[in-house]
Amino acid sequence: METAPKLGRDVPPKKDKLQAKRKKPRERKNPESQRSLSGAQDPFPGPAPVPVDVVQKFCRIDKSKKLPRCRSKTRNRLKVAETEEEETSVTAARSELLLAEEPGFLEGEDGEDTAKILQADIVEAVDIASAAKHFDLNLRQFGPYRVNYSRTGRHLAFGGRRGHVAALDWVTKKLMCEINVMEAVRDIRFLHSEALLAVAQNRWLYIYDNQGIELHCIRRCDRVTRLEFLPFHFLLATASETGFLTYLDVSVGKIVAALNARAGRLDVMTQNPYNAVIHLGHSNGTVSLWSPAVKEPLVKILCHRGGVRAVAVDSTGTYMATSGLDHQLKIFDLRGTYQPLRARTLPQGAGHLAFSQRGLLAAGMGDVVNIWAGHGKASLPSLEQPYLTHRLSGPVHGLQFCPFEDVLGLGHSGGITSMLVPGSAEPNFDGLESNPYRSRKQRQEWEVKALLEKVPAELICLDPRALAEVDVISLEQKKKERIERLGYDPEAKTPFQPKPKQKGRSSTASLVKRKRKVMDKEHRDKVRQSLEQQQQQQEQQQQQQHKQEKAKPMRARPSALDRFVR
Amino acid sequence: MTASRVAESLLALSQQEELVDLPKNHPLSVSEDEEDSDRERKHQKLLEAISSLDGKNRRKVAERSEAGLKVSEFNVSSEGSGEKLVLADLLEPAKTSSSPSLATVKKQLNRVKSKKTVRLPLHKEEVERILRELAFNKTSQVLSKWDPIVLKNRQANQLVFPLEKEQSAFAPIEHVLSGWTARTLLEQKVFNLLHKNKQPVTDHFLTPMEKASLKAMSLEEAKMHQAELQRARALQSYYEARAQREKKIKSKKYHKIVKKEKAKKALKAFEQLGKVNPTVALEKLEKARIMERMSLKHQNSGKWAKSKVIMAKYDLEAHQAMQEQLSKNKELMQKLQIALESEEEERGPEEVEELLIPGVVNKVQMNADGPNPWMLSSCTQDSREAETHEDLEELPEPVAHEVSESEVDEGPVAEEEILLKEFEEWRSLRRRSELSQDAELVGSQETKESSSQEKLSELRAPSQRFKENHQSWKPKASPTGTVPQAHREEPSLEEEEPLLLQRPKRVQTLEELEELEKEECSQSQEFFRPGLEGQQLERNPNNLSNAPKEKKKKEQMLDLQNLLTTKSPSVRSLAVPTTLKEVDDEEERDQKQMIKEAFAGDDVIKDFLKEKRDTIEASKSKDMDLTLPGWGKWGGMGLKPSAKKRRHFLIKAPGPPRKDKNFPNVIINEKRNIHAAAHQVQVLPYPFTHHSQFERTVQTPIGSTWNTQRAFQKLTTPKVVTKPGHIIKPIKAEDVGYWSSSRSDLSVMQRYPKQLSMSHKKQLKKNSVD
Repeated sequence: METAPKLGRDVPPKKDKLQAKRKKPRERKNPESQRSLSGAQDPFPGPAPVPVDVVQKFCRIDKSKKLPRCRSKTRNRLKVAETEEEETSVTAARSELLLAEEPGFLEGEDGEDTAKILQADIVEAVDIASAAKHFDLNLRQFGPYRVNYSRTGRHLAFGGRRGHVAALDWVTKKLMCEINVMEAVRDIRFLHSEALLAVAQNRWLYIYDNQGIELHCIRRCDRVTRLEFLPFHFLLATASETGFLTYLDVSVGKIVAALNARAGRLDVMTQNPYNAVIHLGHSNGTVSLWSPAVKEPLVKILCHRGGVRAVAVDSTGTYMATSGLDHQLKIFDLRGTYQPLRARTLPQGAGHLAFSQRGLLAAGMGDVVNIWAGHGKASLPSLEQPYLTHRLSGPVHGLQFCPFEDVLGLGHSGGITSMLVPGSAEPNFDGLESNPYRSRKQRQEWEVKALLEKVPAELICLDPRALAEVDVISLEQKKKERIERLGYDPEAKTPFQPKPKQKGRSSTASLVKRKRKVMDKEHRDKVRQSLEQQQQQQEQQQQQQHKQEKAKPMRARPSALDRFVR
Repeated sequence: MTASRVAESLLALSQQEELVDLPKNHPLSVSEDEEDSDRERKHQKLLEAISSLDGKNRRKVAERSEAGLKVSEFNVSSEGSGEKLVLADLLEPAKTSSSPSLATVKKQLNRVKSKKTVRLPLHKEEVERILRELAFNKTSQVLSKWDPIVLKNRQANQLVFPLEKEQSAFAPIEHVLSGWTARTLLEQKVFNLLHKNKQPVTDHFLTPMEKASLKAMSLEEAKMHQAELQRARALQSYYEARAQREKKIKSKKYHKIVKKEKAKKALKAFEQLGKVNPTVALEKLEKARIMERMSLKHQNSGKWAKSKVIMAKYDLEAHQAMQEQLSKNKELMQKLQIALESEEEERGPEEVEELLIPGVVNKVQMNADGPNPWMLSSCTQDSREAETHEDLEELPEPVAHEVSESEVDEGPVAEEEILLKEFEEWRSLRRRSELSQDAELVGSQETKESSSQEKLSELRAPSQRFKENHQSWKPKASPTGTVPQAHREEPSLEEEEPLLLQRPKRVQTLEELEELEKEECSQSQEFFRPGLEGQQLERNPNNLSNAPKEKKKKEQMLDLQNLLTTKSPSVRSLAVPTTLKEVDDEEERDQKQMIKEAFAGDDVIKDFLKEKRDTIEASKSKDMDLTLPGWGKWGGMGLKPSAKKRRHFLIKAPGPPRKDKNFPNVIINEKRNIHAAAHQVQVLPYPFTHHSQFERTVQTPIGSTWNTQRAFQKLTTPKVVTKPGHIIKPIKAEDVGYWSSSRSDLSVMQRYPKQLSMSHKKQLKKNSVD
């Protein structure tokens, strides 16, 4: 049993990368094993091998798609693009070596159920620094708390139902601010950095700085129940009691879009960190996916028979966990099919769900928190056996995994609990992107850079790689217009015109004959192609049939006793 | 008209004659014979005048060209105007008088005689055109040297300007040596040696002048080049002259002789070749045959031959020529005997082999209509397969095994056959057993169901059945459980009934069953399949009989229902929420509550389906129905066009099927995101013809966020880099590695522009064609 909370280096890792890489080309220069002065041979000549699966992770070109025939010039460009991709992915795979930290884990002594291990046991086993990360804040006075970690995982903000708002550097336990807003607090969220806090209060949405000074009161967002911040778009998404989903651009202070979900009160919301799409849960059992650029939901999924109580999306944007009033916990596939992959009935439905960076799923049911784990990073958590359970002093009101720390923050009616969950967080952080150890100066630098790289709100769509695609519809439209304007198709293949020949061989008949010949040849080619396609299709069908036939007996066997069934 | 004109002209002529005659009649000293000759001339003139009446040279006015003997005051005599002055006439006195002084003149004259007139120069325009063409070709040839460099520069990832590399500073050796003295013993020795042999130590290797001269073309080289050019020109002109002369010869006989000679030569050469290298000769013959067969040059296809065919009826010669040509054609087309023989020899053993092949093949050959070898091979295969089939069918299993062992080649095939057969038998058996057992088992199942849960609606029935199925499986699966009855009975059945022989193989053994059980369990746990129960439903014959039509409609909904109501395994958590602890003890109540909760929002599904239907309707472009009732069939009240016809005339709306077509629980918005589309590429850049090609080149991100620093730098290298403060000069041949000055070729052209002739032009044309 061991936790491995990673302790980052104070130096950003990118610098390390550079230093390490400078050595590589020198190695490559002498691939042949050269004898040194001592006569010893290099036992590992040549560049170090790169694991193929790691390289594959960085490859973006889908080579399985067949391209239409192209000119040699185009082919050259394609080849160049492919080699570039290969080279860059190889270098990226090599630099994986620099991600030295390993995730933590929790192992029971042979046959021991890890769910039986208590927090106290874990705290006893781990080092002092990690043990200090488990703590309880007894705040019984101001009711159930909502919690939120900043993007770097260094700061924690929490807001009690009865108006208690506080932010602290939770690692050092240094309080940044503590105020009482004298109003019901529904949700609390850090903006792009820990310097700004958005608090959804009873009437309006307020923004405070890290000293607790009220900076803004946004009256256009009223009766907000849930907040989500999209860090790359600088958008604060708010879901309100009135049924509106409002996007507020915090960099310019404008409301980008206010969408009416037409589904009554909205109090279940989460974001998909992969594509910045907002997921809303509704009382009719559906989950709808929203983008500020589209007035209607991008997708609507019927998940539960009763209302949806909680939604969570994992960091890779592959899985969505939902829980409903029907006491079910389901995991959906978000890669186009939106079908449930796993389902479980819980004794009491989960009111709150959260995914960790490495794909652990936490569910708060009453005063109990269950955590399920899969095998490896970003894998589907298996809902059979909980990985960890923990009982709190009051019912859970908010939970979030801390980024880059193996910690789960829980807000409940009894206060705040920071719980150790080994293996939940990503051990290696990007020092230039979200550095937990950054200074104020670094934060300011990062802020400027992040603002410069702000992604426009209208680019939010289901497939974030859509920008790398050509807008085919307008392309076709433009082509059509051009043809209309010119009166002919400039890209059309010119019809074959036979060259005139001398010595009386250029008679009209022979010209026609030659033309005919070429036409026939083209026709034949076409027919041949279509035949080949047909054949391929048939083969594919046959293969599928074969597969089905092979698969059928497997599946049919258990139903061999079908005859007993009415 | 013409007659009157002729008359007029004649009249005019007679008048003229009179005019001409007058002065001739005047001189009195004319003798009678002279008068005769005069008459003759007159007659001739008359004839000429008449002949010139056709209009070309109507009037030839007499002109004085030579000082006549007879000079009158009235007219100048035109005597001898038509005759040419011949050199011989002038030289007659010189010939007769054999004076030595005239010998030189004679020689000169002879030389003049032997010399030919200079050919006419070409037209100015023609000459210019030729020059232009020549110049173009030359320049393009010269410029084509640059093509690879241009291509390379275009394809280069990065170009750094100025292009020329900074040459390492040339340090003359004396500079190096000046500040350096021989110190060590070895150095001194070396210097001593060098000084002894008077090697140039401090000299320049080349003076700048020398360098310049080396760069230019040397005098000798230039001379040689010129001489070569001169020679080539001379040879060319000789050859041209000869060819022109020969071409001008009109004698048919000559050409015939030439042709014959050529043919003879060719024949001789061929014979020699046949002696030396018979295979090549044969090949040549074969090639000639092929060419003939290809071109059909000696058949009646040509222009000449066609004309001869027409002529042949009347002209014996033409007939003969035609015959000759045809015979030639035959000769050429004839296949070589030798080759044929060899082929036959080769074919011999094959035939023998064919005879050795068993009768099956021969039969097939007999049956086949044509001797197509391709057809034949496939037929034989088929027949073989058929044989094996028969064998398998006839023989009982053990024998079949023997067959498979004996025929090693067809082992796998035979095995497959066996497997297939087994499979079929198994199927038939299953069908039979189903029929027999269905009747018995249906009743018991029903009672079970009714007792267990009455509340369930019909819709829920299939899923319930599925669950029961699970439950019924479970006891069998337990390792301690007894073997099901059917299985236990099997051995006895096996002995009794030959038909059921195959049964033990198909029905799983206990272990297999267990395994399957596990699989089943894990499947149900791991994969939550909405489709599984739907499949069950389809298989169930009872349900099918109940409502075959409604089923399809309801299927989607059922699917959804299954999706939402399937009882998923519940978590056995260690820590159960405190609020639930009391309920937890009583499992039944829990389940009841579950069911209640599950069915509480039944209208949720209906609503969702309705919403989906509405959105689909709203987004769909409608199909066009072009059916005309009564068209091609009886129409009228109550008669509807057939479904086939309707299908035929229904034009489906374009567009791909919806993405959520197969997912009943999902509505995917198909509307385009216009705001995002504004950021996408809308015009394909140049070399790409299809958007997928371009997309592939922009798939990889180039930003530093996604790449390592080195890769980022490499991906974002600028295409052109210019060094600040450097002059970018145009590219030179020396920079690239061409040292020969390309100007010399062009200058040659400019020096001899006038000497081009027709032959040059022809050559040029040839070049340009090539």
